[in-house]
Amino acid sequence: MAQALLEALNLQVHYGGIAAVKGISFAVEQGEMVCLIGANGAGKTSTLKALARMIPSRGEIHYGNRRIETLPSHELIGKGLALVPEGRGVFARLTVAENLLMGAYHRNDANGIAVDLARIYDLLPRLKERSSQVAGTLSGGEQQMLAIGRALMGRPKLLLLDEPSMGLAPLMVQKVFEVVQKIAAEGVTILLVEQNARLALEVCSRGYVMESGLITLADSSVALLADSRVRTAYLGE
Amino acid sequence: MDTLLQQIINGLTTGSVYAVVALGYTMVYGVIQLINFAHGEVVMIGAMVAFSVITALAGSGLPPLVIVLAGVMAAIPSCMLMGYLLERAAYRPLRHAPRLAPLITAIGMSIVLQHLALLVWGRNPLAFPQIVDNHVFGIGGAAISSVQIVIILLSLTMMAGLSWFVYRTRFGIAIRATAENVDVAGLMGVNADRVIAATFVIGAGLGAVAGVMYGSYYGIAHYTMGFSLGLKAFSAAVLGGIGNIAGAMLGGILLGLVEALGTGYVGELTDLCGWPIAHGWLAGQCADGGNFVLFGSNYQDVFAFLMLILVLVLRPSGLLGERVSERA
Repeated sequence: MAQALLEALNLQVHYGGIAAVKGISFAVEQGEMVCLIGANGAGKTSTLKALARMIPSRGEIHYGNRRIETLPSHELIGKGLALVPEGRGVFARLTVAENLLMGAYHRNDANGIAVDLARIYDLLPRLKERSSQVAGTLSGGEQQMLAIGRALMGRPKLLLLDEPSMGLAPLMVQKVFEVVQKIAAEGVTILLVEQNARLALEVCSRGYVMESGLITLADSSVALLADSRVRTAYLGE
Repeated sequence: MDTLLQQIINGLTTGSVYAVVALGYTMVYGVIQLINFAHGEVVMIGAMVAFSVITALAGSGLPPLVIVLAGVMAAIPSCMLMGYLLERAAYRPLRHAPRLAPLITAIGMSIVLQHLALLVWGRNPLAFPQIVDNHVFGIGGAAISSVQIVIILLSLTMMAGLSWFVYRTRFGIAIRATAENVDVAGLMGVNADRVIAATFVIGAGLGAVAGVMYGSYYGIAHYTMGFSLGLKAFSAAVLGGIGNIAGAMLGGILLGLVEALGTGYVGELTDLCGWPIAHGWLAGQCADGGNFVLFGSNYQDVFAFLMLILVLVLRPSGLLGERVSERA
């Protein structure tokens, strides 16, 4: 097995007295595209937020060869860990270009930033057309593209994606996933959280199934797609 | 004398000071949704520090401009430090407390700073030493003094500088991003503590200059001056749409104009002798060019708050306070 880029050990998240994530362990290897699927309220978003240090958690989080559970959120992007949050989290009152520049806020290489900006505009031409528009005027799909493009501006090694398909029309979902696959093909490691289990398993090599704060299944996508429990609970068969 | 033009000049002068002070309220509110009621006191301390320095140097034989500049240069870092300490010591520990706690703390800090100033400078007002020759120019039947010209130009320069900083620099974009979503800005590598501290420090630095301008315009500085100035600037920020930087500038200028025009005309408009109701004893009062004025120019302070009430009733989000909605 290759070296794990990200590993969580006995990760727990509590909101007040309520346990949202009840001690889960999982790993994502360098260059992999792994998904975390499960129903609403299973603890998927809490898991990603804990990984990005947006909320406090217990347990160990190993990233690269260090522990990150004690780091503040704003130090992670500099280490190559980016999260595209649920609901996209674009800065609605900033222009598209300003949003993208914020993604590169931690970087100081003006030339590299300019190169990456051109690359993002190349990958997502809609954003170029709208670069001087405020992000709040974009459609949901465009906002999702912007959120992903913004994360890429930070040159992440590991990209955490929270429900990129949420609230989007099927055609747009397909486009977003095409972009995600392109990013993965460029060597970025991806941990994808999705309610749309079929879609997620089709693009990822492995998957974890979360249920009420626990990981109940972990296998290759092929095996999960064939698993009768997954088929009845998440694929609607 | 042309009342209209004169009051417009006076209104622009006080209005641009209100605008600069309002920026301090609105920037902090924009980022952490806190009304920093102690901001008016920071402005007051700026005036007090500058006046002390200017008074101390008044007999030194230095050129007046150098003395005034020395006063301003002492006030700015003092206020910036005070803004930083306020945030660090009083507000940061309450960052995640219910919103009422920091608000009450802000009122408390305002009282603490006022009494601190009382201890340091005493209860008597400090007078601006007569070292600057305040030249008065006549324009179109009205008068404008060199102090007024300096206040208006300096305020506009500071507002332009701040706009450039907030809209054109990387850190400025980070401030706006943090104002919109502190968690996501954190994901971009923005250290929220640093941004929040910066808004306090910048606001206090602008406030320091505003305090000196306000003090030198009226010729005195007093430990209570921050209260009404702060309240008016806060009204200006609400008028423009709190959290909105352009709104604070617009609100400040507008408030200054309304206040000046209101003060200029209220006596004339509420002179009952000018109304068609002069009967009986009132007619006697009005005889021989007499008048019976209901509200005089001592009602100056009413206009700002009347305007605040009107805005809160008619357009609570302020003039420019509309927010771009995030589409699902």
